[in-house]
Amino acid sequence: MTKTYAEINEKIASGKAVVLTAEEVIAYVDKHGLENAAREVDVVTTATFGPMCSSGCFLNFGHSTPKMRISEAWINDVMAYCGIAAVDVYIGATQLRHNDPANMYHPGEFRYGGGHVIEDLVAGKKVQLFGLSYGTDDYPRREIRTMFDINDLNQAIMVNPRNCYQNYNVGVNVSDKRIYTYLGILRAKMRNMTYCSAGQLAPLLNDPYYATIGVGTSVWLAGARGIVYAQGTQHCSLVERGDNGVPVEGAGTLALTADMKEMRPEFVRGASFRGYGVSLALGVGIPIPILNPEILRRTTVRDRDIQASVIDYSTDYPEKTGKVLGRFTYEELRSGTVELMGKKVPVTSLSSYSKALKICNLLKSEIEDGHFLLSEPSQRLPLNQGMKSLTITGAAR
Amino acid sequence: MITKKIYLYFPKSETEKPIVYQLVKDYNLIVNIFRAKVTPEEEGYLSLEVTGNQEDITRAFAFLGTFDVVIHAGNKGVHWDENRCVHCGACVVHCPPGALTIVDQGTRTVTFNEDRCIECLACIAACPFGACSSAF
Ligand code: SF4
Ligand code: SF4
Repeated sequence: MTKTYAEINEKIASGKAVVLTAEEVIAYVDKHGLENAAREVDVVTTATFGPMCSSGCFLNFGHSTPKMRISEAWINDVMAYCGIAAVDVYIGATQLRHNDPANMYHPGEFRYGGGHVIEDLVAGKKVQLFGLSYGTDDYPRREIRTMFDINDLNQAIMVNPRNCYQNYNVGVNVSDKRIYTYLGILRAKMRNMTYCSAGQLAPLLNDPYYATIGVGTSVWLAGARGIVYAQGTQHCSLVERGDNGVPVEGAGTLALTADMKEMRPEFVRGASFRGYGVSLALGVGIPIPILNPEILRRTTVRDRDIQASVIDYSTDYPEKTGKVLGRFTYEELRSGTVELMGKKVPVTSLSSYSKALKICNLLKSEIEDGHFLLSEPSQRLPLNQGMKSLTITGAAR
Repeated sequence: MITKKIYLYFPKSETEKPIVYQLVKDYNLIVNIFRAKVTPEEEGYLSLEVTGNQEDITRAFAFLGTFDVVIHAGNKGVHWDENRCVHCGACVVHCPPGALTIVDQGTRTVTFNEDRCIECLACIAACPFGACSSAF
């Protein structure tokens, strides 16, 4: 039994598609059996919500009078990149605000940065543009300072080169002093552990071999209709996988883009990591078309079937030793405590299961209402790609 | 006996007055101070819990009302903004008394029980989303 994208889209358009969330599909297949369920179910919705540092946006300002080729720009004092065409800028989620003391007084607070600018824009708030230029014959203006909001822009396009990490490290700190990381505050002597994945709801854990999620796949990016435009940076599919094919460490990634003007503020949140820096948390939903029973079976993955690797962020992670302290399933991690090296360690998450669940349901209703059609990828994500290290060569100067 | 959490703001004119002493001596209240601060501008903030019988507590509140002091019933010293919270749970392990906890294992939503909060402020550093804040 197989279905095509066109058949599924026809059912969606006529309001007849059967759509289940990645959570619902587990019990459904248990009850109806794989073959029957594969006939009945058309789409499974998956989602994730968590910090995705590799996020940013291109903004196009209308031209001022006289015109200006902005060469340096700050939005709410956060620097934007200007090495592109006139009045376009790119602002990245991890950019710090001008004059942020960073970690000069460790641990820094990092209260506001690129991620917060993006959040403010999506929320419709007024922000300030300050731009400088050297002045040219065709663009004579040299300085600009003005308030604007997202509606004043011609385009506000989110472009995220590395989102939706397929599984991720679990962070712990075996040293005797507290450390500050992108996985949050890790207390000394393994007094806590942090994971960051939506587990059984996560898109790439429900499609571990990228059978349906590829370049060109339609996604729900913070409420806007977006697409996967490339494999994500650091995409590394050649990793150890469990018997079910699910990677046991960080693996595939997706590069996503969508129109910020259509996004919902609830799913675009600036984040401040004490002692580490700023970022942006995003909500992403991806529909998986049930083209055949095998694809369906992959979507029935449960927290207890997905393993994640625990890494010591005080030494092994920064020193790149490759050492893994242990592996736990998401079911164990979600229970709130695990036992590692003879010690009971409390576990919490950085990604939000509750928001991921909400996105699965929102996407489900958009598909059921016939508003969200699926697209067949034009290109598959690489399946045999490893990850290089950087070798330091050349004479030191 | 009942216990009430209160948060007081004293303008400069009132910071020198021994208000807590009187709560204990004249109104028989058991006082448990969580946090106190006098700013360089000499404004005072005080977050505390008082235990006593209803009558004494009512009288004590009337007494507080005679000063130029702003009284907030309940835990206003630490505020959890439900709308900013994304329910990640990063704060949970850092909150010693379990004021921030995961209530529903199914949806993994986090909730704040203000009666339990001891105002240690650990959540403020631990929350990446600025959902927790201190009034002073
Ligand atoms: S201030 Fe301390 S006790 Fe209160 S909620 Fe935050 S972490 Fe918990
Ligand atoms: S860390 Fe912040 S956002 Fe996350 S659950 Fe706690 S209060 Fe909510």
